[in-house]
Amino acid sequence: MKKKFKLVDLDCANCAAKMEEAIKGIEGVTDASVSFMTQKMMIEADDAVFDQVVKEAVECIAKVEPDCKVVL
Amino acid sequence: MKNLSDKQKKELGRIIISLGLFIILLIIEKAVLPYFEVSEGPGSAPPTPALVAGIIINILYLVPYFIVGHDVLRKCLQGIKNKQIFDESFLMTIATLGAFGCGEFEEAVAVMLFYQVGEFFQSYAVGKSRGAISELMDIAPDFANREAEDGSIEVIDPDEIGIGDILIVKPGEKIPTDALVVEGRSFINTSALTGESVPREVKEGETVISGCINGETLLKVQAVKEYDDSTVMQILELVENAASRKSETESFITRFAKYYTPAVVIAALGLAFIPPIVIGPFSQEFGKWLLRACTFLVISCPCALVISVPLAFFGGIGAASKEGVLVKGSNFLEQMAKIDTLVTDKTGTLTEGKFSVSYMEAADGIDTDELIRLAAAAETGSTHPIAAAIIAACDKPYPPSKVKDTHVDAGGGVKAVVGKDEIIVGKKAYLEDAGITVEDTLEDAAGTHCYVGRNGKYVGTVVVSDKPKENAKEAIADILKAGVKRIVMLTGDAENVAAAVASDLGIKDYKAGLLPQDKVSAVEELLKVLKASTRGKGKLAFIGDGINDAPVLSISDVGIAMGSLGSDAAIEAADVVIMDDDLSRIPKVMQIAKKTIGISKANITFALFVKFACLILGAIGIANMWMAVFADVGVAVICILNSMRMLMRKDEQSKMHD
Repeated sequence: MKKKFKLVDLDCANCAAKMEEAIKGIEGVTDASVSFMTQKMMIEADDAVFDQVVKEAVECIAKVEPDCKVVL
Repeated sequence: MKNLSDKQKKELGRIIISLGLFIILLIIEKAVLPYFEVSEGPGSAPPTPALVAGIIINILYLVPYFIVGHDVLRKCLQGIKNKQIFDESFLMTIATLGAFGCGEFEEAVAVMLFYQVGEFFQSYAVGKSRGAISELMDIAPDFANREAEDGSIEVIDPDEIGIGDILIVKPGEKIPTDALVVEGRSFINTSALTGESVPREVKEGETVISGCINGETLLKVQAVKEYDDSTVMQILELVENAASRKSETESFITRFAKYYTPAVVIAALGLAFIPPIVIGPFSQEFGKWLLRACTFLVISCPCALVISVPLAFFGGIGAASKEGVLVKGSNFLEQMAKIDTLVTDKTGTLTEGKFSVSYMEAADGIDTDELIRLAAAAETGSTHPIAAAIIAACDKPYPPSKVKDTHVDAGGGVKAVVGKDEIIVGKKAYLEDAGITVEDTLEDAAGTHCYVGRNGKYVGTVVVSDKPKENAKEAIADILKAGVKRIVMLTGDAENVAAAVASDLGIKDYKAGLLPQDKVSAVEELLKVLKASTRGKGKLAFIGDGINDAPVLSISDVGIAMGSLGSDAAIEAADVVIMDDDLSRIPKVMQIAKKTIGISKANITFALFVKFACLILGAIGIANMWMAVFADVGVAVICILNSMRMLMRKDEQSKMHD
């Protein structure tokens, strides 16, 4: 499954790159991207673990940039 | 400074308050304190009141520092907690605390202030350019007017449109979803989608595409697609996803940033500890070196680098979409600038894809008017494109009542009785089978030759061909000017047809008589030659009308489909989609691509140059922390402003056309 999320207050381009890398490292994720320009995150992951993956991705984002919120 | 987000407003407020306090403290320290010392008089014991006042002032400096920088400190702590230490906040915190530690109180506050001002500008500029690009892409309809069965009209969200709904599109409104016109006739403006400035006329029974703006009269349309599947949504989706397919330049800079920051931090540690150890620990020099190390830390943030490239590409993709060209990724935009070989399909790409009569030659005893009337009459029963061309070329057709016994032969011809005459139209072999000797005087003319016989006698030849597009020649010249070294035309048509079109358009290379599968091997061959001669650097682009082109589109470095507005398959298979069928969009997009790369390279060079210069100056103690902050946020802001130039192209273009 592939899904897009909106990010609010993603303030730094380098952080976006870090988030992307961290999310790609989550188990079950086949592809991910965090776009600083469009303030959007795309996650592609196995259906079975998708919800878990999203939860972990939100944690990853909070770790890199605590102010940045994911609109679920 | 309008349109600030709430967060930005708060930020700005904090900066202003903190700046005010800072200036007051600075005035007190510089203007009032010395006065204190003088009032102590010379020769007295330690100037206690002044010392106390100094300490108080220094402590007071912490107030503006915390007002403006508390979030930086908080982020730094959170970063440490989350094991993400090397971020900007950490670096700023260490640098400013270091400055406090060395007794440079006002320096620390000033640096934090300056940093936050820079950050503010950065977020403002990014938000602004993001807004400007979205404006370019402002094709999404905001609402739809749905007509209920009783004729009443309600305004609904485009999401609520169901297939089959009757929608009213008033003059000046956007068509909310792809639909069929059921009532009305109007001119619609497709420029937001296709870049085409001439409005298109639509009438009952024709389909219209979402995002187009209705002209002067009211249209009643029936939705054929849900909003989510409409053309506008597809385009927006593509453009948004485009940013996630990174260009090589961008990947390079992200990789670079990964090494750059730790390297500078290590250098900073070295700077802080090695010289003092060599000179001797506890020497007074220690503070000086510590400050220089802090300067290093501030410069080590790679944000200016990381932001400058994608912003330029984002702008480039936005500018291209304004031209009616969808680029599906930054990587493809990058490759558009490096096209070495352009392989192009002929029919529908270089030519109009419609047949028309180009030459006629009548035998003795008949004129061309009569020839075409006879041919058209005989072709009445045929639906072949060539028949359509012949029928279209006839101004005064025979009334249908005069045409009898039409017979279409799959073998390559038609027969009919027109009036009292027996007419036969077809290939040379077809006429010869009927015992007619053909004398072709137009042998050299490119196109499909149709021979006409009357009552067993040859009466003339009609040549039907596919004409090159009006602006194709100019477009080819512009493409060559834009840096493409080789253009190769592929076609399934006969040699003479291909040769004529190629020479007409100024194309030197062509391959004729290809079957669809031959096109793939032809492109593979060209790719091999190109990669060998340019050591893999030159790019090959293929351009076709998107029909049956999928295999070729996918093996090319850049697959370009044109005339694809509304064609899902082509949009899916291609990397670059030209919404209308105008070839001249290609050189324009190549220019946009070149400008994008130019801007991103300029940004990288500038940012790296300033950073390294400040690193060197910082190491030898010339650059202070102010310069370091400039090297960080100042450079980022300049790079953002530079990237904004991508969006100004629009004005240049309209100037060129005026």
